[in-house]
Amino acid sequence: MKNAIKENTILISIMFANNEIGTIQPIQEIGAIAREKGILFHTDAVQAVGNIPIDVEKMNIDLLSLAGHKFYGPKGMGALYIRKGVKISSLILGGQQERGKRASTENIPGIIGLGKAIELATKNIDEYNKKLLNLREKTIEGLMAKVPFIRLNGHRSNRLPGNVNISFQFIEGESLLLMLDMKGVCGSSGSACSSGSLDPSHVLMAIGLPHEIAHGSLRLTFGDDNTEEDVAYILEEIPKIVTKLRDMSPLYEVVKNNK
Amino acid sequence: MYSEKVMDHFSNPRNVGEIEDANGVGQVGNAKCGDIMKMYLKIEDNIIVDAKFKTFGCGAAVATSSMATELVRGKTVEEAMKITNNAVAEALDGLPPAKMHCSNLAQEAIAAALEDYRRKSGLAPDESVDCNGCCDSCNHSHGREEDFED
Repeated sequence: MKNAIKENTILISIMFANNEIGTIQPIQEIGAIAREKGILFHTDAVQAVGNIPIDVEKMNIDLLSLAGHKFYGPKGMGALYIRKGVKISSLILGGQQERGKRASTENIPGIIGLGKAIELATKNIDEYNKKLLNLREKTIEGLMAKVPFIRLNGHRSNRLPGNVNISFQFIEGESLLLMLDMKGVCGSSGSACSSGSLDPSHVLMAIGLPHEIAHGSLRLTFGDDNTEEDVAYILEEIPKIVTKLRDMSPLYEVVKNNK
Repeated sequence: MYSEKVMDHFSNPRNVGEIEDANGVGQVGNAKCGDIMKMYLKIEDNIIVDAKFKTFGCGAAVATSSMATELVRGKTVEEAMKITNNAVAEALDGLPPAKMHCSNLAQEAIAAALEDYRRKSGLAPDESVDCNGCCDSCNHSHGREEDFED
């Protein structure tokens, strides 16, 4: 990133944690570089708030985006933190609401809900973090042990505490999701078929995965209500589903016959 | 999103597998697109006596391959050639527009398998079959907006 900074760079914007593969960026270090060069630093912390302790002072963050639905707040509410002294142009012109930056009557119940949600989400963040980490690790280790031909996407340890993203070779993501849904498990996938476009997830492509491996990806994220029983259930059902789909797959055939 | 029939063919696909002594095998699609279908046919006295499939793809891909094998069983080679992608989709009580290309692929898999059979039996190739299995080299719809222009 340092090398990308030019004479005329006025803003650095880096996602705090990636929503698909969970990888957490070195925000504090990036903030320090931005501060040193006198460049404004914005971070999209939508996935991070409520999961990772954030100190905008320590991390030299000038602007930060967050959204309520990611920490059990009201859906449809978000906020942009703007450090005092940073000038931005108005988002919507008209009335003078929000210090003239965003005209239109404010969603007061939404705002109150957002504030309360953040308060609750950041109160016991370390404990919450530990709980999610346990579920995440048990899931990753369990699947790695039980299912062959899979790979974890994203950083092994420096990732969101509740994020699991795994590619299952020889099978396709939407099929995986449909079968999981029938078993009461909700996930998402980077496959093209599950998104409606022709290309698989741009994130998975950017980290260099071949198309077919990206098509077979599954993202599971843990939250407040999840328990170790859920993990045990997933570790029971996923291997069965993967086996059923691989038995149907012409790609697995080749591997099976070469054994 | 999917009809009951599609979900049924997806959860309980008919005719999954390989035919060891198949006399017509066709594979279409590619991993880049995220859809690959392989169709095995056993043809005796010009009649398709057995059909099996293997598919790497979404719910619609599995369902259309399964339905395609059901539709060709018991048909003559000529009858099977006439099966259209719309017939496959209709048999499944319809597919979402974005998934119609899966029914195209299923029909092409049948055509490819029949073409293979024709070649193996020393018969003349069917000129109307020009799909070589790569996405975008055929004119079939992928469910994109531009494909619905007409």
